[in-house]
Amino acid sequence: MQATSTKPIIAFHHVNKIYANGTVGLKDINFEIPRGQFLVVVGLSGAGKSTLLRTINRMHEISSGEIRIDNEPISDYKGRALRQLRCHIGMIFQNFNLVNRASVERNVLSGLVGYYPTWKCVLGLFSAADKQRAIQALKRVSLTPKIFTRADELSGGQQQRVAIARTLMQDPKIILADEPVASLDPRTTKDVMDTLQRLNREDDITVIVNLHSVALARQYADRIIGLRAGELVYDQPIANVTTADLDRIYQAN
Amino acid sequence: MTESTPALPQRPWRQRYHVAAIGWTLLLAVLLVLSSLMTGANFGTFLSNIDQFLALLVQMSHPAWSYLHVILQPLYETIQMAVLGTTIGAVLAVPFALLAASNLVGNRLLRGLIRFFLDLVRTLPDLLLAAIFVAIFGIGSTAGVITLAIFSFGMVSKLFYEVIETIDMGPLEALKSVGATKVTIIWYAVLPQILNQFVSYFLYTLEINVRASTVLGYLGAGGIGVYLQRSLGEFNYSATAVIILATLVVVLVIDGISNHLRRVLL
Repeated sequence: MQATSTKPIIAFHHVNKIYANGTVGLKDINFEIPRGQFLVVVGLSGAGKSTLLRTINRMHEISSGEIRIDNEPISDYKGRALRQLRCHIGMIFQNFNLVNRASVERNVLSGLVGYYPTWKCVLGLFSAADKQRAIQALKRVSLTPKIFTRADELSGGQQQRVAIARTLMQDPKIILADEPVASLDPRTTKDVMDTLQRLNREDDITVIVNLHSVALARQYADRIIGLRAGELVYDQPIANVTTADLDRIYQAN
Repeated sequence: MTESTPALPQRPWRQRYHVAAIGWTLLLAVLLVLSSLMTGANFGTFLSNIDQFLALLVQMSHPAWSYLHVILQPLYETIQMAVLGTTIGAVLAVPFALLAASNLVGNRLLRGLIRFFLDLVRTLPDLLLAAIFVAIFGIGSTAGVITLAIFSFGMVSKLFYEVIETIDMGPLEALKSVGATKVTIIWYAVLPQILNQFVSYFLYTLEINVRASTVLGYLGAGGIGVYLQRSLGEFNYSATAVIILATLVVVLVIDGISNHLRRVLL
């Protein structure tokens, strides 16, 4: 192992994922992510980007190999330990995944439920300090005036920012973003990507984003990795990335 | 100026002559005639005896409005029975519906057992239930309430789990990803998505139960049915008419409330 300062926050060792129907999701993935990196994963639809992301918070199980977070293997976590792990990993989705019929405030507070016992969540007994934090989180995504609005009354970009505020409540050390801008227009795309970049730089959160857009990847990433048919076929710091490289990832076979 | 028609792909003859639609219609008609022949249900008999039916309608067309004050109290009791029975049934149905929904419970065996149990409950006819509970609890509204509760439970649980199976799974994934427990996921991500349809089905069941409880009264299970039976037994059709009209008003009011709530809640 190297010195503590460069110890990776996430490490994949020979990770394989084979779905029940025989489809290969991931094939012998090996790489490490240093703390505080803005990592972008590119590749065609079905290349395994979503699967890769979801193995980090165990929303998907791997078939073999090992994933370590902060040098702890996460495969054996069950029940409470698994929920604890997920507490500290934020996740952003393409479809925002807000509860449409609930208020923005309730959606933001739902980021905290991992920290509270179930009965308190059910009764909505969040502490005054945490309610204050929810307001602060909304302030960071510039949505405080919308706090009591129903989530489905917001535009797509605003909904994604609510989702980011929800993630902020978790106080995450890692944020996983699965195609966070795929259903947004160019301007709101910039809003959302800028917000992610700010969290990466100001809060030192490790951010891993799946993207379709090569231009966005080059603009925001510290490092780009490429997947093709479940295999890691590309891994370069942004300084070394060329357009020709990226084009090759998107070529069939 | 002539517009050129683009070349369209040839439609297969099955599609061109609507073979499937015509086939199904014919099959349905044949089955209808066959089942009528086999069971001996004869539409002709109905037509030849229509004068008796019309005579009954004529008698019923003079409602004895003075009878109204007699039935108000039992009608009120009927509504109470229906509300109580529906509420008990619907509340009990929620956990069963959650366990029967294929998108929430991965365990096929558990889901299968729950669904089998629900099918069993739905199979029991409400009249049979009423007869049993009248025998156990004696004549009165207790038997009626329990019958309606079980009947509502069977019906509502199926409607509920079918609603649950249509929800958007995205919020559930999000809640799972922040480390929520199962109960918290259901509370935060499932219930808000289904609540208004639950209310709507609850009111629908209530409406059905008001009607059903008039029939249950026949077996001594309390409410307005007792009076319905009495008036019919005495051939007092003008009183029957009042009972039917009063029940109709109750059903219309519930329907109105239901429509209003659905608009407000949606």
